[in-house]
Amino acid sequence: MSGLESVISLNRSALEADAAARADEESPPFIETRGLSLAYHGTPVLRDISLPLRRGRITALVGPSGAGKSSFLNCINRLTDLAGGARLSGAIRVGDCDVLDPRTDLIALRRRVGMIFQKPNPFPLSIWNNLAFPLREHGLRDKAELAARIERSLRDVGLWSEVHARLRTPAQALSGGQQQRLCIARALALQPEALLLDEPCSALDPIASGVVEDLIVSLRERYTLLVVTHNLAQARRIADYTALFWLRDGVGVLVEYGATAALFAAPRQAITTAYLNGLRG
Amino acid sequence: MISSSPSILSPSRSDALLRATLRGCAAVAGLILVFIFLFLLSAAWPVLREAGPWRFVTDAAWHPAEGLYQLLPMVAGTLYCAAGALLLAVPLGVLSAVFLRFYAPRPLAVVYRRLVELLAGIPSVVYGFWGLVVLVPLIAAWQAPGTSLLAGVWVLALMILPTVALTADAALGAVPRDTLRAAAALGLGRWSTVWRIALPAARAGVLAGVVLAAGRALGETMAVLMVTGNVVAVPDSVFAPLRTLAANIALEMAYAMDLHRAALFVSGLVLAGLVAGLMLLAARLSGESAHASA
Repeated sequence: MSGLESVISLNRSALEADAAARADEESPPFIETRGLSLAYHGTPVLRDISLPLRRGRITALVGPSGAGKSSFLNCINRLTDLAGGARLSGAIRVGDCDVLDPRTDLIALRRRVGMIFQKPNPFPLSIWNNLAFPLREHGLRDKAELAARIERSLRDVGLWSEVHARLRTPAQALSGGQQQRLCIARALALQPEALLLDEPCSALDPIASGVVEDLIVSLRERYTLLVVTHNLAQARRIADYTALFWLRDGVGVLVEYGATAALFAAPRQAITTAYLNGLRG
Repeated sequence: MISSSPSILSPSRSDALLRATLRGCAAVAGLILVFIFLFLLSAAWPVLREAGPWRFVTDAAWHPAEGLYQLLPMVAGTLYCAAGALLLAVPLGVLSAVFLRFYAPRPLAVVYRRLVELLAGIPSVVYGFWGLVVLVPLIAAWQAPGTSLLAGVWVLALMILPTVALTADAALGAVPRDTLRAAAALGLGRWSTVWRIALPAARAGVLAGVVLAAGRALGETMAVLMVTGNVVAVPDSVFAPLRTLAANIALEMAYAMDLHRAALFVSGLVLAGLVAGLMLLAARLSGESAHASA
């Protein structure tokens, strides 16, 4: 039984999602990896990952711990360089930029591709300076424009009404959920085209997690979003596409990728079925 | 029903024992300080009663045998030496820590850190000896007599440099990795990350190292004594010789009697007061920096 047949028999919405996916496939994805492999000091971490990330869509990355989901994120903005000893092969394209080309301007790349970490990590500065410092660093000198950008970013993440009266107070005094939204605002202020979110909700309480999740959904239209999550229900709620990473011989591999509804309704791989049913992973 | 057999040391009792032990240790540490202070005060008391505290700042000179107890030139000498050493050692130490953490290739950083640790292990008298036979002749060739504030400052700076560098290195190492990764992911340059994020975040630790170093600089005796010339006068240039409070005690304690001896304890008291004042200042500064945000 082919994947498509089972989709038809099992789930109508999955069929619609599949149709939308086919429409998506006609335009090239904003970010694309081809045969991407990563090794740290000779130890392979990821093998042969080919994954498209589409503009205006949320792609969820699910899979067990240690399957290389976060490492995959770090490849896309070359944050793998920080650790030292990282070897990347294959190809990564972000827009028209060849990420693995040694001549690539990393600062420009990281400005186009924002990143959100599992644990909120605001700078030990005031709320204002958390946003103003990176903007100034990227050459924004005009004070009025700076203020406008900061306000817009804080409004985008729904933080403006909560913090506008205390912009000069330390960011680290905010609650965890507020800190995470501040980090998202900090990334958005640089007007990136894509956001890589590494389990953005997992360190937050359920209510704050819900707020951040709604925020991510609200950003869908304007950005290319890649979300690593351990929460399958969350992937199902918010993601247009889902990719399952698995650990094979100690190395992270891509097991299955597809439109979320179709993947959940009719996984093509036995391992996906087992994972989605909570039998494995 | 839950029943438990009473053990010899139930959790609450071992807890009480631990608490008592810890309180005891804390009390001992505190009492030592109190006793040192009381001892200094009682040893200094004869001259404080006889001459009064003001004579130590109003007398014409330091001639304790003749009952003249002016301490200010030595207070100035102590402060100048320590301040000069900090002025040299703090920027050098902090910058070398920044180099170690953010710029040096890993193998070089390991070797460099070991070297700095070795530097911290050299006895102060060796620094003094080196200063006397190498540094002082160099300065003398430039401007006599050589034994001078400048020589003291250099020797002290070398001695406290490892303290500043190692504590700053540890403080920079304690800056959360996530914060630095966030900065990298935002495409921020290395220098601005260090300057605007890492150093402010490490401020309290760096300051603690500076205070430790300053305490050592104020109290250092032998090395400074060997290279500063032992002239009781406020130095009027960096080439002028001077005497510090600690050197004063070390030089005269061997033969001091009666009120002279008591006057040396006043030197000790003033020195302890300087260090304590510095600690209070540092505590206030770090308290403020914890609240204020750039």
